[in-house]
Amino acid sequence: MTRSIMIVGVGGQGTLLASRIIGNVLLSQGYDVKMSEVHGMSQRGGSVVTYVKYGDEVFSPVIEKGQADLIIAFEALEAARYVEYLKKGGRIVMNTQEIEPMPVITGAAEYPANIVENIRACGCDVVAIDALSLAKEAGTARAVNVVLMGVVSKSTDFGEDVWIKALEECVPPKVIDVNKKAFALGRSIE
Amino acid sequence: MSKLMLGNQAVARGLYEAGVDVVSSYPGTPSTEITEVVSKYDEIHSEWAPNEKVAAEVAIGASIGGARSFCAMKHVGLNVAADPLFTASYTGVNGGFVIAVADDPGMHSSQNEQDSRHYAIASKVAMVEPSDSGECKEFTKMAYDLSEKFDTPVILRLSTRVSHSQSIVEECDRIPHDIGTYEKNAQKYVMMPAYAKPKHIMVEERTQKLREYAEVCPFNKIVWGSTDIGVITSGISYQYAREALGDRASYLKLGLINPMPEKLIKDFASKVKKLYVIEELDDVIETHCRKLGLDPVGKDFFKWIGEYSQSYIREKIFGEKDEYVSYSENVPVRPPVMCAGCPHRGVFYVLKKLGVMVSGDIGCYTLGAVAPLAAIDTTVCMGASVSGLHGFNLARKGEYEGKAVAVIGDSTFIHSGITGLINIAYNATNSTVIVLDNSITGMTGHQNNPANGFNIKGEPATAVDLEALAHAVGIERVRVVDPNDLAETEKVIREELEAKAPSLIITRRPCALLKSVKHNPPVKVDADKCRSCKACMKIGCPAISMSTKKAKIDDTLCVGCGLCEQMCRFDAIH
Repeated sequence: MTRSIMIVGVGGQGTLLASRIIGNVLLSQGYDVKMSEVHGMSQRGGSVVTYVKYGDEVFSPVIEKGQADLIIAFEALEAARYVEYLKKGGRIVMNTQEIEPMPVITGAAEYPANIVENIRACGCDVVAIDALSLAKEAGTARAVNVVLMGVVSKSTDFGEDVWIKALEECVPPKVIDVNKKAFALGRSIE
Repeated sequence: MSKLMLGNQAVARGLYEAGVDVVSSYPGTPSTEITEVVSKYDEIHSEWAPNEKVAAEVAIGASIGGARSFCAMKHVGLNVAADPLFTASYTGVNGGFVIAVADDPGMHSSQNEQDSRHYAIASKVAMVEPSDSGECKEFTKMAYDLSEKFDTPVILRLSTRVSHSQSIVEECDRIPHDIGTYEKNAQKYVMMPAYAKPKHIMVEERTQKLREYAEVCPFNKIVWGSTDIGVITSGISYQYAREALGDRASYLKLGLINPMPEKLIKDFASKVKKLYVIEELDDVIETHCRKLGLDPVGKDFFKWIGEYSQSYIREKIFGEKDEYVSYSENVPVRPPVMCAGCPHRGVFYVLKKLGVMVSGDIGCYTLGAVAPLAAIDTTVCMGASVSGLHGFNLARKGEYEGKAVAVIGDSTFIHSGITGLINIAYNATNSTVIVLDNSITGMTGHQNNPANGFNIKGEPATAVDLEALAHAVGIERVRVVDPNDLAETEKVIREELEAKAPSLIITRRPCALLKSVKHNPPVKVDADKCRSCKACMKIGCPAISMSTKKAKIDDTLCVGCGLCEQMCRFDAIH
């Protein structure tokens, strides 16, 4: 059976690194893995999405509405944008950080209120955390992605050592300490 | 060792293992990473070319010299490289020659949705199409064997979802390629009529041999499931179809897609009850099937536009849909924007303020077409800003003199803007061209180029002197300005619009995302001084918002470029 994880966020938030960490975890566990990402125009501060699929044999690299077992959202509005991709009863791990898109900045639209409550009202299993504060606590705002990996790691069957090894494979040695701290802070969330 | 690799990385690995010697490319999403990864292999000579035509010609020359050679480009890049391709089909190769072309169904990062398979048919060269990263590596290696065995260039057709998806690849060792000796052979390599006529006969004979090979090519394969439904497909569409239909269908997956087999297709069709052709974009496989007398379900049923997917195919064929939660609240769109600190921002702010017609081009600065700057009038293809402005000025017979400009990035200007500038000087319109020189090829993810003084490996290289180049082609008025100085940028643009001669303005400041660029500390808003006039919002900076009724600057995004300070009339931003 194929399982599907979506990572959504805003260009520049480090979603690609997160998908690489998850990919390495899954590869080390012997799964067939496919991941899909989009580069280029959409990365310039736009809405970005990465798909991760794993199982015995994976064919399509993309995930569509109603197919994701887990969504990891790096930003609140992006959580709302992609929640329809979740399977019924699926889980969404979301950072409550808000980054205003250009239509909100220019006043053409308003940033929606109560996103967490509205997503919960859809019947989804929502884990909402302030990953930006935890990342800053770890030492850098850029580690939001790794904080979220720490949160996600707790609800998987793979041991902490497997995740740490994948983290070490994906993060440059000079920033590994701050990232390990960020991972531990994420993992400590109950 | 097995690794997760992007399709593009896997192509690069295939080049390495195939013993490829020379790679020359121009960046273009979604093909860029192939050559970026190749540049890390010291065994392969790699370089960024000024454009795709040059890249293809370098690779052709290297092939004639005996090397295994390669160039990569996006679909529209093959339009630029089409000229050498069509005649390289006649010359054939010495060392194997492969062109990777990456199509972009769904237009994630492109100006059109063209289907490159037509090029293989039109130029009569072999084309192979992988459907995941493992195949990317294997097909790349096979392409060299095909190229040398059949004396043909081979096109490796990719698409966004193959190039930018990761899947598992087994790494093997490199087998070095012996470049042998070079022998002069005018009948083979000088394509003037007397020698080209017999070569055309060779091309037709080659196609016939390739057709026979297509019947036994190991990359055309059948996967049997239920014979109620038979699907002929290739590339990423195969992956979507397999996931959508599972063992409720049988599949003929074509890996060699030009030329296509005949007997293999007819045999497969005869063994299934209902035949579908599933292919994104145009009806290339379907047309081939119809020529064979078959009547598959094709483009009358499936769409011509955009990407396919497993859900799309399953719903079309079986009427089945996945259930999903519905989120009814309004979610504002998040379009891509110019980054905080982008040196293009100031130029577009000034152009919007001046209300001029802006002939645009391809790059990050195409984002100057969207709100709130919304300055750009046209975008067609690489270089069209410069030549198009000349044509526009001819059409308006002087009405727009002083009221129209072209904007083009440094890399795009080198690619094909310079020829348009020569035309402006030679055919004499009073046109104003602005080169947005950010010292990098930006949109494709930071590649060095002939104007920035570094080669593909980041080593110092000869840099084009844009000012001297403009003078040399006959443009006498050449100005250089820092686009982060709004007053000076406006003054220079006004002066050159008013001048009675063509001019080139170079707005010069490196891309804010370059690691070598030192940023200033983030600026802050003095809330007591802020009058909420929203003047700072006019530059469309993603770091500035008004959520608290006063301007607010996000210190995780701001790089202290100072544009908003210049916009503020109340001294509230420092």
